[in-house]
This record gives sequence, structure tokens and C-alpha cells, in this order.
Amino acid sequence: MAISGLIFLGGILRLAGPLHQKEQGMSDKTTRIVAEGAYPLIRPPDLAELRRLNRARSKALTNKLMTEEEAIARFVHDGDYIGVELYGTVRCPMSLCRALIRSGKKGFDLAGQGVHEADVLVAAGLIERIDWTYIGQEVYGVSPVMRRAVESGQIKQVVEWSNGAITWRFKAAAMGVPFLPTFSMLGSDTFAYSSAKAIECPFTGQTVGLLPALILDVGFIHVHRADRSGNCQIDGIGGFASEMARASKKLIVSAEEIVDTATIRRCPERTVIPWFNVDAVVHAPFGSWPGEMAGLYERDEAHYRMFIDQTQTQEGADAYLKEWVRDLPDHTALLLKIGPERLASLRIDGKGA
Amino acid sequence: MADKYTPSELLICLSARLIEDGSMAFIGTGIPMLAASLAQKLTAPNLVPIFEFGGLGAILEKLPLAVGDMRTFNKGLMASSICDIMETAQRGYIEYGFLGGAQIDLYGNLNSTVIGPQPKPKVRLPGSGGANDVGSLCWRTIMIMRHDKRRFLEQVDFITTPGYLDGPGAREKAGLPAGTGPYRVVSDLGLLGFDEKTCRMKLLALNPGVTTEQVLNHTGFELLVADHLERNDPPHDDELRVLREEVDPDGLYR
Repeated sequence: MAISGLIFLGGILRLAGPLHQKEQGMSDKTTRIVAEGAYPLIRPPDLAELRRLNRARSKALTNKLMTEEEAIARFVHDGDYIGVELYGTVRCPMSLCRALIRSGKKGFDLAGQGVHEADVLVAAGLIERIDWTYIGQEVYGVSPVMRRAVESGQIKQVVEWSNGAITWRFKAAAMGVPFLPTFSMLGSDTFAYSSAKAIECPFTGQTVGLLPALILDVGFIHVHRADRSGNCQIDGIGGFASEMARASKKLIVSAEEIVDTATIRRCPERTVIPWFNVDAVVHAPFGSWPGEMAGLYERDEAHYRMFIDQTQTQEGADAYLKEWVRDLPDHTALLLKIGPERLASLRIDGKGA
Repeated sequence: MADKYTPSELLICLSARLIEDGSMAFIGTGIPMLAASLAQKLTAPNLVPIFEFGGLGAILEKLPLAVGDMRTFNKGLMASSICDIMETAQRGYIEYGFLGGAQIDLYGNLNSTVIGPQPKPKVRLPGSGGANDVGSLCWRTIMIMRHDKRRFLEQVDFITTPGYLDGPGAREKAGLPAGTGPYRVVSDLGLLGFDEKTCRMKLLALNPGVTTEQVLNHTGFELLVADHLERNDPPHDDELRVLREEVDPDGLYR
């Protein structure tokens, strides 16, 4: 039996069935909001707009290859809601993050969880509000950059989510629907300081959480290989690339390797992001540095530790950003600064992680 | 050999002993990772380790430094995605989840988000990450904590990950899957569980050389004590050998 619509009525979700169903004995039942998170949505999802934009997106196999600088100049605007996948030290579009800092654009809202990429973006003062799941240094603990930014009020709003929740929010947008139900987060303060709601399930009567769709203005994803039109392949775990790509109004992809479309066509089952979802393709070898890239190179542990040491103070963070980001014109200059020997030492070359 | 070991090694061995062979366990970075690797090599060869970003059924040969790094699917059975892993937990497959935190309370609620009020925190911590999903959706969560009064509190500043919330029936009332919740707390002083009726934390076993009084003095709430208190073995020779030679040869966690 289909339910025709969920209509908001002053904080009450009202299940309105078609008239003929009601006549057949379906109750005119209202569904209670059992609980709701304290924060308003940083960006309420506009699915109609997403559909319009996707309709207008080119479906042609055009050449979208460009530099980091060009992609950011064309597709990123001050105040955009941005998202980055996977995270800081694993298959992360670090060359795009550094180019974003150099671009001078600012005032962004940021989705999700981060390690190194969130640190550099926040240290550079680019981020205003965060839909936050995890931001820290994993085995190295709490991020001093984040502590300073949040405790000083530099970050204006921190909305809490779990990793599952934020990914399901992307998945809802990827599905083109306004929310997804989950049992995660219920009863916790993570829920209480989110923008989620919990309702009485109209089918089972059980309490269930609803996660609102999260649509990004611009998504940044680093992949193993892509063709010039943006058909992407990833080796190893998928993280949340598939969902985040589809939840992005504009998507900038960087790739370790640019391949012919014929290579993509030989194993189409390996395409995880299709060309029509991609606006720019950037060739970025070692694009995840100082992070790792499964099967290609390991994390640059020495550099990462140096970053953590230097960012203990804001002055140190500024000096790091000057030396490794702002004073360099582009990704090629960075690779030269790191040096071919050091890069070669990070390569796995089949010897296994 | 067995009389010389570090507090970390003890936590790793105690945690590894809790892992049942043939089960699926959600593994975070750090001590849970070492415990899972040790268990896989010694007592639970059929353990299926799960990492939140998609690593499934890995052979844990080298220590991952990140929950998404390539060692989390080393010789794995599947390199999946975060949605798939969390949905697998939500469908009820995953028996154990390992968690840590800055604070824990008498009902096993964990805080890894903030010290002080969330909007203007005194200390901003890393946040939930996958912890809330693990604590919400896995059947039995095992917490690994350093045991002192600043961490074992009557009330945590922020419930990042739900334990038994405010007592019996609270998880179910909030809508969390029935039959789930905190199972054990492995601390450097002992092994703790939760009373079936009251859901309150209860001391089950003492670590070598530790007294009940010591545990009570290091706990910031009224701790229940089991009628028959067990005594945990120190790390066995074979545990220490495998841990030092195979699991963590570089001594990162010694």
C-alpha cells in the first residue's frame, strides 16, 4: 500500500493517504517527531534544484582535463558548501585542497570527517561551519588546529554526526530523496547536537532516526585513474566516493593517472563515478601526498609528523602553510620541492604495504 | 618474560582474550587493532575484522595507522565502502565493536566529543567518527580505557556513543536495536562488565597486582563489584612473543 506523501505540518509529520485508501479503512494517522537535534541544517537540501542542475549537465564525453587552479577558479565560489573524500591521509585530494588555499577563496562550510585536509583548510582560515563527524589525527590524537579553531570560536558552528550518518546523508542526496532512516545516533548527544530528527515509524511504530540529505555545492575526490571525461576507477576500499560524488552539484576529480576512454570501456564494471557526474578532471600524481594511495604509495610519515609538530601553534601552522602551500605556484612545484628520491621511496611498486 | 610487560601490552592481551573465534569485530585504530591481530594469530584464526571505511576480512600483518589505510584490507576478502560496512552493522552481523574515549560513565556512555558545553567547549575532541555507529549498531561493545577518576565519571560531559544511556530499557526506548549495548570495559586495573538488572558498571576481574580498593579509588562513581572476583592472568609468554615479534615488531605500542 503506497503512502502518497509526508507533509510537514507545524512540526508534525502527517501521513496523508489518498482519499480512496482512507475510505478503505486507512487511519488518518499523524506521526510524531519524537526527538530532534538542536542545530538548524547548515544547508537544507534542495532536491528540485539538484534535479534541474543534473538535467542541464552535459552528457557528452567532452574533455574536462584542466589544472587544479583552473578547476577551482571555474567551479568553486566563496561561501560554497564543500566536501572532501576520503580523508586526509588516505586517497585524499590534497593537491586540490592546497590549490583551494592558494586561490584566496573563502567562507566555506565543510562536510564530514577529516584528518590532514580538514586541518590545512581550517588552519588557513577557510572554514566557517562544519557538519562534523571526526576531525583528528587518529593514532596521533587530537588536532591542535581544530582545538584552536573551535575553542576560539573561529569555527562558527559545529554540527555533530556519526560517520555512518554523514555518509547516509550523502546517500540520501545520491538517491534523490530528502532523508534516510537509521537507528544510529539515537539517544545520544551526537543526535541532540545534530540536525537529525526521530519519528515514530509509520510502518512499525518503532522510533527511527531520519538523516536529512546533504547536497554539496562542490565535491573534491581523488581517484586512481580517470579518463578525460571523468569516468573514475578506484583501487581498494570505496570509502564514500560513490555517494559523495552523486551528492555534489559540482564535482572536481583529481587522478593519479589519466587513461584513455578505451581503458574505461574494457572494464566498465570498474567505473565508480560516471563522466556525467564530473565537471573537472585534474591530473595529480601523488595527489594524496602526504597521505597514501592504496597500491601506489604509502603515507609520508616523517612529513605528516612534522606537520603535526609544526601545527601545535598557529605561528607554526602559518609557517607550514607558507612553505608548503602558499609559496608554491602549483602541484608540480610541490613535487619538485619534495624531490623525486623521497617520492620514489614512498612508492610501493608491488612490494606490498 | 611474563613478569615484564607494559600497561599497553596488558590491555592488548586482555582485549584479545575477549574475541571469540569466528565472530565479526569492528576494529578501530590503536589497541583494538593490535588485539584483533593478536587474537587472529593465537586464538581466533577465523575472526573477521571489519574497518569502517570498507576493509573486510583482512589478514592483519602490518599495523594500520588509519582506519582507511591499505593494511585494513590486506589480503582481505572484500574492499567495500563505509555505507556497506555500517549497513552490515545495522543488519545485525557484527558481534563486537571496540571503542575508546576520553570519558566513560557508570552506564558505559562514552565521550569523545567535547569537555565542557558543545557549543562553546573547553576542549574540542575529535568527535564520534564511526564510534556512535559502532555503539549503536553492534551487539556487544568493548571499551578500552585508562582507569582514573577523570575518565570514569558519574556523568560524561557529552554522550558521543550511547552506552545504556540512563539505565535499564533506555536504549530500547530511544529506538536503538534491542539486545545491544556495552559488554566489557578493559582497563589497566581490571576487567569490568555491566550488571544485568541495573545496567551499572561492575568490576569482574582484577589485573595482576591490583586491589579492589585501588579500583574503587580510581573510579569516580559507585562501582558494583562481582561476588566472585576473578584475577586476570598477566600476558602469557606466547602472547607476548607473538605481540612483540609478529604483531608490533617496531614496538609502536610498547
